[in-house]
Amino acid sequence: MKMFRIIRKSFKDAFKSVFRNFSLSMASISCTSITLIIVAISLLVTYNVNSITKDIEDVLTIVAFVDTNATDEDIKRLDEDIFNLSNIYTNEYKSKEEIKAQLSEDEDLKQILDTLDENPVQSTFVISVKDVRKISETANQIKGMDKIVSVKYGESLVNKLISMFDIIRNACIVAVVALILVTAFLIGNTIKITIFSRRNEIGIMRLVGTSNFVIKQPFLIEGAVLGLIGSIIPVLLTIYGYSFLYDYVGGKVFTDLIVLVKPNVIIYQVSLVLLIVGVIVGMFGSLRAVRKYLKV
Amino acid sequence: MEFIEFKNVFKVYENGVTALADASLSIEKGEFVFIIGQSGSGKSTLTKLLYREEKPNKGQVFVGGINVGKLKNGNVYKLRRKIGVVFQDFKLLPKLTVYENIAYPLESYGMKPSEIREKVLRATERVGLKDKLRSFPNQLSGGEQQRVCIARAIVNEPKLIICDEPTGDLDPKISKEIMEVLKKINEDLGSTVIMATHDKEIVNKMKKRVIVIHDGVIISDKKKGSYVENEDV
Repeated sequence: MKMFRIIRKSFKDAFKSVFRNFSLSMASISCTSITLIIVAISLLVTYNVNSITKDIEDVLTIVAFVDTNATDEDIKRLDEDIFNLSNIYTNEYKSKEEIKAQLSEDEDLKQILDTLDENPVQSTFVISVKDVRKISETANQIKGMDKIVSVKYGESLVNKLISMFDIIRNACIVAVVALILVTAFLIGNTIKITIFSRRNEIGIMRLVGTSNFVIKQPFLIEGAVLGLIGSIIPVLLTIYGYSFLYDYVGGKVFTDLIVLVKPNVIIYQVSLVLLIVGVIVGMFGSLRAVRKYLKV
Repeated sequence: MEFIEFKNVFKVYENGVTALADASLSIEKGEFVFIIGQSGSGKSTLTKLLYREEKPNKGQVFVGGINVGKLKNGNVYKLRRKIGVVFQDFKLLPKLTVYENIAYPLESYGMKPSEIREKVLRATERVGLKDKLRSFPNQLSGGEQQRVCIARAIVNEPKLIICDEPTGDLDPKISKEIMEVLKKINEDLGSTVIMATHDKEIVNKMKKRVIVIHDGVIISDKKKGSYVENEDV
């Protein structure tokens, strides 16, 4: 009951202050909005990059071709050796007979295969890896094994794509962190001016025995309210903007390989993150500003 | 240990001014004590050390058994809730009415509205301000504003009331009335009252304990004393 009374009073004070210093509040609200829009874009890009990377990971396999004169024992040993490598997710052996049977399902191919005396295909291991970034390394390890003739994977494309995605992702993270700090600073400054105009009052509050927590509360709430209002536009942009964009490009970029994440889940997750970031940044900024006045 | 105790207290401000040098004194519960001295003699500093507006550089200040100098910033409020402070410049909040000003500390403690109302009315009755509850500070005379300040100081019935030149800006007649109010509170509530002043007439008339400070040094401490002109010392 006691807590409730204090909190209710704090909320009243906070809202009063937001509207009393309207122009200043608008400045920090718009700054928060701009920051959060960029945060939203970064988050959406990161989400998509992650999803695309994962799609590629699922598609990418290493195919290792086994020497035709390898014995069953050799194959058993190879199977174990490959499986014991650190980066292996699954490892499947296909004998040349199995592959021939598979290929023979196609009528035209069957005819060609039937004309040959010997089975022209080679036995293979189809390997998928845990981490595509290390796919070249793993492929080389397998290539070095006895009785493996050659190894195939989409090396050049994969490497380029993945390093590009990494750069995008890191750039996004740096941009987001920097902008969040700037926003916290700006909200802090806005609150500082509110506090400055109320410093007499704070001094008196402290003199009559108001606890620091109670003095801080309205300012913290004010920061949170500024952050919350600032996140409204970015949230709307995320929800409607991303859905629109998704429909506009038809869910994929350039090729079928790059498929965007469906908006229905991601937009609400991103919106929630934006709201939380806005509120926390606002509170953090005001906390920084108010601390200075609570000494003595 | 006495209610209030200063043990070899030194206070030097950052600008190098020594406001208090090796001050030791003790005050019992329920006493009425004047601290007198010229401007800049250190009497304000002495009162500020009591409610932790300032910290001693050396020595200890005890109020009700609490070592005030060691009190953490975040815990100062606990001390101040037990102390009422009356200021020369009143320190009232201009946008609040008399009632709201007096109720303000209690509200910030999270007290129940019914309890606040009861306490505020009791305090305003003590200082004789019952008909001004809805006025704002700037509609009141200096004497009335000082009464509001006193009412706010006593609203939580503190064990200690500190007055820093409460009559400094008031004319003699009003000062006398204010002193009557403080004397009555001292007698009725049993609160200890410590008052820094340089109002000779008041001190001589009240015949209470007088502590004299000159250049940061306590030079005299007499029960039922009177104002000592510094020239005479």
